[in-house]
Amino acid sequence: MLDFPRWKYVLVALVMLSAALLALPNVFGEDRALQVERKDRAPVDDSARLTIEELLGKQQIVIKRDYLEAGRLIVVFNDVTAQLKARDSVEATLSDVYRSALSNATRAPAWMRKMGLKAMPLGLDLRGGLYLLYQVDINGAVSQLLETYQQSFQRALTEAKLSVGDITTLNSGTGGLADGLRITLPAGSDTAAVIAALKRVDNSLNFHASGTASAPVVDMLLTPAQIKAREDYALEQNRTTLMNRVNELGVSEPIVQRQGLDRINVQLPGVQNSAEVKDLLGKVATLEFRLVDTQNNPVQAEQSGHAPLGSKLYKRKDGSPILLKREVVVTGDELTQATSATSQEGPAVSIKLDARGAESMQRTTRLNLNKPLAVVYLEKSRHQVELNGQKVERETNTETVINVATIRGVFGPQFEVTGLSIGEARDLSLLLRSGSLAAPVDVVEERAIGPSLGQENIDKGVRALEIGMLAVFVFMALYYHAFGLVADAVLLANVVLLTALLSMLRASLSLPGIAGIILTVGIAVDANVLIYERIREELRNGVSPQAAIRAGFDKAFSAIADSNVTALIAGLALWVIGTGAIRGFAIVLTLGIATSMFTSLLGSRALISLMYGGRRKVARLSIG
Amino acid sequence: MEFFHRATSFPFMSTRKVWYGLSIALILISLVSLFTRGLNLGVDFTGGVTVRASFPSDVNRDAVSAALVAAGYADPQVAIFGPREIAIRLPPTKQNTEAVRARLEQILRGVDAGAEIRQVEVVGPQVGGELQRSAVQALLATLLLIFGYIAVRFHTWRLSFGAILAVLHDPILVLGVFSLTRTSFDLTVVAAMLAVIGYSLNDTVVVFDRIRERFHSGRRLQPVVVLDQSINQTLSRTIMTKVVTLIVVVALYALGGPVLRGFSEALIIGILAGTYSSIYISSAVALDCGLKAEHLLPSSVKRPIDSMP
Repeated sequence: MLDFPRWKYVLVALVMLSAALLALPNVFGEDRALQVERKDRAPVDDSARLTIEELLGKQQIVIKRDYLEAGRLIVVFNDVTAQLKARDSVEATLSDVYRSALSNATRAPAWMRKMGLKAMPLGLDLRGGLYLLYQVDINGAVSQLLETYQQSFQRALTEAKLSVGDITTLNSGTGGLADGLRITLPAGSDTAAVIAALKRVDNSLNFHASGTASAPVVDMLLTPAQIKAREDYALEQNRTTLMNRVNELGVSEPIVQRQGLDRINVQLPGVQNSAEVKDLLGKVATLEFRLVDTQNNPVQAEQSGHAPLGSKLYKRKDGSPILLKREVVVTGDELTQATSATSQEGPAVSIKLDARGAESMQRTTRLNLNKPLAVVYLEKSRHQVELNGQKVERETNTETVINVATIRGVFGPQFEVTGLSIGEARDLSLLLRSGSLAAPVDVVEERAIGPSLGQENIDKGVRALEIGMLAVFVFMALYYHAFGLVADAVLLANVVLLTALLSMLRASLSLPGIAGIILTVGIAVDANVLIYERIREELRNGVSPQAAIRAGFDKAFSAIADSNVTALIAGLALWVIGTGAIRGFAIVLTLGIATSMFTSLLGSRALISLMYGGRRKVARLSIG
Repeated sequence: MEFFHRATSFPFMSTRKVWYGLSIALILISLVSLFTRGLNLGVDFTGGVTVRASFPSDVNRDAVSAALVAAGYADPQVAIFGPREIAIRLPPTKQNTEAVRARLEQILRGVDAGAEIRQVEVVGPQVGGELQRSAVQALLATLLLIFGYIAVRFHTWRLSFGAILAVLHDPILVLGVFSLTRTSFDLTVVAAMLAVIGYSLNDTVVVFDRIRERFHSGRRLQPVVVLDQSINQTLSRTIMTKVVTLIVVVALYALGGPVLRGFSEALIIGILAGTYSSIYISSAVALDCGLKAEHLLPSSVKRPIDSMP
């Protein structure tokens, strides 16, 4: 007698039903759509919806349907041309309030959407878009950290009234990169006191006094753990910054992920123009506040070519020179908020400082009433320049003093910075808001994939899959008769289950992923074939039908387990070590092996027990 | 319906010298080809630019090549993807996709005014070198893990060794064919090869499982006989699974479009090679390493046998 516990039937049924539900959105396909949201992040309301509908109607753009979702308006079209026309017209007329982005809307009915059931997101090679791979200069992050420490040390020693000579960077020798600071002190300095003062800046740093009594020296070396922590921080900070900037672009379903030790990959579906995007994403811009050096003459410094000790020469927006003290009162890191605003003096950026910045600002303004404070705008960007007829990328660093204001009162944590044009104010507040890049980034790989190529790829891949599956179904039925039909049902269940898992995990489907699905069909069939061949063998040896079924499942199990595990190992190795396309394939393969084990062992058994189980006597098995 | 209506008893093991010879010959040819002709590495590996473009009417490849050369591209590789579609491979450049697309549009429109650029990929060469390394790393890691797994499950290194040799045998043959035919070798092909390894192992382990079962059933048979019987008994299943998988992969090759062609080609070759290697190579090698019944027993059982006088 074939006994298959009732709870297992229930389990299989439940799993398959939920899988069917989760996989269902994929059947419906997608339409081209436009996603419209307000630039100030307030939710789009019905009146806005009507305005936009009217606008598009006037342009004779046919709207298939539209709906509000998560504070955005989704307008669905019948084809690409309508979608692009709509995007252009919204950009042309409504771009001061609204931001629009190309996207795809599922054709699944509203109740599915409300339940949160979504189809698998499609990878770039299927949907079209821009793929950028950024390399983060993590050495730059470490040198930035050393610079910050350098300034903090200067400040701490001045406050403790200890005189200091020079602070320079140090290479401890491993790797040839700077990983510490050397503080040279005048003869006879109390190194212990110096170290104590410096430890107040950061207790976790290691200081080491050396040198002679006439040329004492204190060295600070970062431990490998500290360097790694800084690198990780820089990478995570950059990832967040890029994510924020990408979100500001209004792209639908962007992906910003860390890749490996020092890379970030950015995928922007629907975006085609890489120059604009790269410009915004890679820009490093921040503000600094410094006191003006009123004692020295900037024109003289400009003519002679060097600035007096303790000061640095800058240019103002109109080109005139100005000397600022080397010490930075507030750096870009200490800004917690920046929004563009309008003040009496024109466009402005409204700034809020964090505790440390606020304290520093308060102290400086209190001690320097009626003295001028300058705001420096620093920007590092890449431009395309024509050089000998070839377009070359050039990096430019600009540091401009955008505003000088006299300190009339003690500054609190919130104030406004003026001296920019309206576009500059908007860009600056965006860049400040999204955070400064903790380390410079560089594009190492970029691909632009046209959407039509993507659609063709999907269609061809899906058609090949359908035809292949159909051929397999027919063949299995011919070879194994009724058991073959069971195998077919199990195969179908496998694909449904796999689709459901991928949709649930939001793993994006790429072309290699489709190929992975096709491969799991092979593995799923293999499991069934192992069982059936075993059953046939048992029958040939004269075992009774029901006992043969049981023996078949039991004996085939070890073969299925071992062979699937080895394939699983290959899949997992690929998943972990692979990147990009290989990874997509590996995820599908690994999940597919797991689902095939479930469906072949439990699923087949359930169906076969239904057919041949119970107490009835079975004479023959329809196994061919 | 059945492939074999009687239990088969092909003499696999006793004819193994012939098959060794064939394998060695094939491997040598592949290796020689790899070292002399090399592989047609795709952009993913070398870095560079691939451009796919479509034309309104049938495109003349030489005209396109000539136009590219005239524009200053020294050695453009133009491949035909379809009657009206081409793929162009260019050496690495520091320009971004916009610039490349604009320039090539200009050049191609010179050949045919209706030309349209469908896809542009710029891969920096630095990434190319790294992809190569990570591909090799993935392969090595997989092989090591699998060697270990089989050694643990089957309690003998001899079977692991046979399995690994069979597994190495397949990718070399696939690479050989790719080298001989100069088919473009890119990342998806690597994915296919890793899948082939997985499949080949699948088969090998199924055969091993049967071998283990036969040795355990207690009859003191010669290893040669046991191995032969195991292979024969699993033959039906092996062929059946292969046929089914091939149906799907051939469908992909024929209908899946140019992007999947390299992938499906690698799979077809790999599956055929894999079948052959799991039938002959893995078991034969294990046999020639001196595989005996007691090797397959778990180590706790082995010791009492050894301590007997």
